[in-house]
Amino acid sequence: MQTVKMVVTGPFSAGKTEFIRSVSEIDVVATERKISSDSEKAVKQATTVAMDFGRITVDEDLVLYLFGTPGQKRFDFMWEILSEGMLGFIVMVDSTRPETFREARSILETFRAYAPTPYVVAANKQDVDDSWDLDDMRHALRLDGKVKLLPCVATDKNTVKNVLLELLYSILAEMETNEK
Amino acid sequence: MALRGNLRDFTVTQLLNLINLAHKTGTLVIEGPNEVAKVFFRDGKLSYAQIGQEDNRLAAILHKSNRLTTGQLRAIQLRATHVSDKELGLLLINSGHMTQDDIISAFQACFTDAVRRLFTWVEGFFRFENDMMPPEDRITVRLDLENLIIEGARQLREFEQLQDEIPSLEMALRFTERPGANLQKMNLSVEEWRVVSYINPKNTIQQIASAAKMNDMEIRRIVYGLIQAGLVEIMRLEGSKPAQERSRPNLPVQNREEQKSLVNRLITRIRSI
Repeated sequence: MQTVKMVVTGPFSAGKTEFIRSVSEIDVVATERKISSDSEKAVKQATTVAMDFGRITVDEDLVLYLFGTPGQKRFDFMWEILSEGMLGFIVMVDSTRPETFREARSILETFRAYAPTPYVVAANKQDVDDSWDLDDMRHALRLDGKVKLLPCVATDKNTVKNVLLELLYSILAEMETNEK
Repeated sequence: MALRGNLRDFTVTQLLNLINLAHKTGTLVIEGPNEVAKVFFRDGKLSYAQIGQEDNRLAAILHKSNRLTTGQLRAIQLRATHVSDKELGLLLINSGHMTQDDIISAFQACFTDAVRRLFTWVEGFFRFENDMMPPEDRITVRLDLENLIIEGARQLREFEQLQDEIPSLEMALRFTERPGANLQKMNLSVEEWRVVSYINPKNTIQQIASAAKMNDMEIRRIVYGLIQAGLVEIMRLEGSKPAQERSRPNLPVQNREEQKSLVNRLITRIRSI
């Protein structure tokens, strides 16, 4: 049995758990705990303290695992462990919370340093009126024109599938580039 | 959709950078603690600015720039209330009292000053209104934002914020290939020119700082300004970790064809979900 791994990362409350939950064939093994800090409590009630874990069985020989990283900074020691051996990664960003963009950029750079694997950025909550335009987010996040910034609604399976597919297309393209 | 937020998360300099890079047209509205500022842009260039209830009519601006006396200002304010700024401007030019350049430069100075004052605003909410433009009868200008962005960056004092923006001095810098970015048009200080002269993918920011005899704070502030103005970008040092420059997916099989087949199986499976 072969297994491959993708990592879903991003700031606190970006929608990583929901993203994995939308496509995982098993109930996501979420290790959520009640939040203690008041400022974070205002955003959501529980957060992932270790990791989320989802699974998509491809066939009898191949399984894709999706790992969600804990978004809170104090658990960043887990990031390097989770990034080991990953096929690629997805950076989730909440389009309605510009105060998290700087942190998202810093997380992206950290993961790039851990493992230079292909990645995409998913702009979550694009269905909400308050969400930032993708073009504005690209500038605010200082993403190169070549980096895929994809609209996403973490609770909508189709947009989540699209993000995963775009990452896989990037992986395929990267393999072809490396061949040349 | 909304481009809105808090100045604690996005500085005025960063907002100008975004507007400049995205060539945005519309109005940046900033609700500060005491007054509201409205800064208008066309294709990413400063077009008009208004802070609070300040008199931004042509006569008042020409008076502020000493091109009209107080007596002339009063006469215009009393007798020319029905005349628009554009009409008044034409009358002053046709009468030979001043040139079009005088009027444009007075407006440029006024709007530049308004934006400079905004750099001191650290509290407040902002939003960008795509459809809001200055009143039809007002005179507008077209001012590049790069110089203003550099000025704004010079005022950034918070070391923590600079550290967030440029976490490592072991990275190198390169000039961006953005069309329109032109160093010759920039009003760079001597220190900024000194840094610019050392920019090379083989020099780390730390090395540039040593060569230019600058401390961490000084080099960070200058590099931050150049980045915000869209002139340079941070890159890995040329020659460092060459194997990691190109991204490589981690796959459980080594054979290239098997790897491709594996990714294609994943694609087929995800499509079927």
